[in-house]
Amino acid sequence: MDLQAIWFFLWGLLWAVFFMTDGFDFGVGTLLPFLGKTDEEKQTMIAAIGPLWDGNEVWLISAGGVTFAAFPLVYSVMFSTLYSALMLILFTLILRGVSFEFRNKVEDPRWKRLWDSCIFIGSLGPALLFGVAFANIFQGIPFDGDGIYHGTLLTLLNPYGLLGGVLFVLLFLEHGALWLGIKTDGALQARATRVAAMVWPVLVVTAVTFLVASWFQTNLYANYLAHPVLFAVIAVTVLALLTVRVFIARQAWFKAWFASSLTIVGAIFYGVIGLFPNLFPSSLDPAFNLTARNASSSPLTLQIMLVVVIVFVPIVIAYQTWSYNLFKHKVAPADLAHDETY
Amino acid sequence: MDVVMLSRLQFYATSAFHFLFVPLTLGLSWIVAYMETRYVRTGDETYLAMTKFWGKIFLINFAVGVVTGITLEFQFGTNWSGYSAYVGDIFGSLLAIEATAAFFLESTFIGVWIFGWQKLSKKAHAGVAWLIAIGSNLSAVWILIANSWMQHPVGYTIRNGRAELTDFFAVITQKFAMLQIIHVLSSAILLAGFLIMGISAYHLLKKQHIDFFSRSFRIGLVCGLVGSLVVAVEGDFHAKDVTEKQPVKLAAMESLWDTTRQAPIYLFAVPDEENGRNAVELLPIPGVLSFLGHGDFNAEVKGLNDFPRDERPPVLPVFLAFRGMVALGTYFILITLYGMLRRNKLLESPLLLKAMLFSIPLPYLAIQLGWIVTELGRQPWIVWGMMRTSDAASPIAASQVIMTLIGFTLVYSLLGFAGYYLIYKHAKQGPVAAQAA
Repeated sequence: MDLQAIWFFLWGLLWAVFFMTDGFDFGVGTLLPFLGKTDEEKQTMIAAIGPLWDGNEVWLISAGGVTFAAFPLVYSVMFSTLYSALMLILFTLILRGVSFEFRNKVEDPRWKRLWDSCIFIGSLGPALLFGVAFANIFQGIPFDGDGIYHGTLLTLLNPYGLLGGVLFVLLFLEHGALWLGIKTDGALQARATRVAAMVWPVLVVTAVTFLVASWFQTNLYANYLAHPVLFAVIAVTVLALLTVRVFIARQAWFKAWFASSLTIVGAIFYGVIGLFPNLFPSSLDPAFNLTARNASSSPLTLQIMLVVVIVFVPIVIAYQTWSYNLFKHKVAPADLAHDETY
Repeated sequence: MDVVMLSRLQFYATSAFHFLFVPLTLGLSWIVAYMETRYVRTGDETYLAMTKFWGKIFLINFAVGVVTGITLEFQFGTNWSGYSAYVGDIFGSLLAIEATAAFFLESTFIGVWIFGWQKLSKKAHAGVAWLIAIGSNLSAVWILIANSWMQHPVGYTIRNGRAELTDFFAVITQKFAMLQIIHVLSSAILLAGFLIMGISAYHLLKKQHIDFFSRSFRIGLVCGLVGSLVVAVEGDFHAKDVTEKQPVKLAAMESLWDTTRQAPIYLFAVPDEENGRNAVELLPIPGVLSFLGHGDFNAEVKGLNDFPRDERPPVLPVFLAFRGMVALGTYFILITLYGMLRRNKLLESPLLLKAMLFSIPLPYLAIQLGWIVTELGRQPWIVWGMMRTSDAASPIAASQVIMTLIGFTLVYSLLGFAGYYLIYKHAKQGPVAAQAA
């Protein structure tokens, strides 16, 4: 593989890791108003993701930064054409981020309700919008050769785009519910894992619908048909999703969560492989497509960035794994009583 | 207003707001790590209480700083697509390195620090505090390298219709960046020092938690003094570097219109941009500007009139901001020197304490003014001498930017109020309540 192709897949990998990690944070945040019956349960749910969400979100910053560094033209056209959608994502993420820190600093139900709703919006919003955005990228965005967008925010809310949004929300709900299965116990855990079991069939139906709809709405399958061996990626992803149910039945929450992680990574790579070499296809004319070939940085920048990624990403993965391991235990009441707990 | 002006306004608003929180994060991270280390070394519980008390302020402040930083990265794409397409080869890689090499560090370990009190040994927990300080400050270093490249682009060539990297090492080691890094990081320590002194002064004036806040005050005092001295010394190098690399910016900073030998500094001046002169000039100190810019009282300093009108920054705000910053910087040195004299007689120095309490906002003001000098002084260029700001904006509708500008105003007001309310509440409560909570 050449540098541009390597960077294309690294780009996909960073997005995949972002959705795999922050995905369960989104799920837990979306479930917060429904599963947290008491304030203590809400605190428990927040503490379940509290030590990790911040580090998880940096994968988004990295995915954005790497898009900028490796494919500046994509960065400039993608983010300016998707202006309103991306800004909405940012607003909701901002609200979510401070809410974790602010929520428990004042003992007043109205104060807590304010930040709880921010956590909910800041979790459901990005999940939905990222799904809408990626589905629209899969089918092509109406932009011209000057990078000018011919549409509005509503253009993105077409049936296929919305289907993508729903798929992402369901993927993360499943992922978040399973994370709560690992991190909580008692009534909360029972409720969370029941949600995981309930969401699962809906997720399967939506995923299959999405795979079929993509056949009609996108060119994603062209690469698969050209290299049928790639269908293995879809097979593994579907298998991972099916395995989730097996582990739910066995109440093996960590394994179920792990299978769910694999499902999410697989889902992103399903799209990334189908897109290659397009990073940002135009629905107006394929000639406008931004690809790994026509939108990349200079070879020198790609080389330097490759060294940076090869050196630092394994270090990041190492200390994040250490931190996950440090907080793998179930949230105990003692964790909530503590000074600085969110 | 057109898209360029609206996008500039939005970038100004969001970055100025972001930078209300970042300096405290940068400076306080070192101080909290120091306090925790003292606790581990000496076993003195007061240091633990200090770590928790100042640490809580650090965390509230950190949260707002982090979330508002994300918007800045993405705005280069959303609002400045012309810019990102043209210089992304260089600028983008610096932002990406910031994320992978530094931002991950602070964000991962902040969670560990908050939730890890019972899980880690005392030593390891203090070590995590240092990792956060290193991560945050390293983040700033990379961002400042990126910003310095906009001020003084190096290590590139124009190829394929854009700026492409030719010398990475030159980009990350250039003098402009080194000076800016020293300037920003030391002013952050100064700011954190003044915040600690101000809050401590409040409690000392009320004669409560005297031991805790006297010791905190003295830590803040050292930071304030060292920070303000380093900034001043570095500022001298900085001025000479600006004179060499951005002469028109220096001329605007001092509102010097005609190229002059033995250029003076006027203690009082009123720029008149229309006519290319100062409407009022009073109390000149001869040769000082020549010395400031060139280290020689007789040197020639270029005036604004020697530059085409469309290559000059707006003079009045840059001039006023620079004045304000220098005046505040002088005040910081004087008051911390005085504070050193009274450091063991704090309770008998109510005047000093009151001054410190009311000085809390001043370093914030100085830092904001500094950025106005740097960034507004860079106009009309987005990359000095290479690309004009007016050529950098995205082809988007003004209405889109108006919507998000309103959105940012609302959301950031909420964050600002909530964040400072929490810091205020916590600071007023004092350490005992903080421990019990």
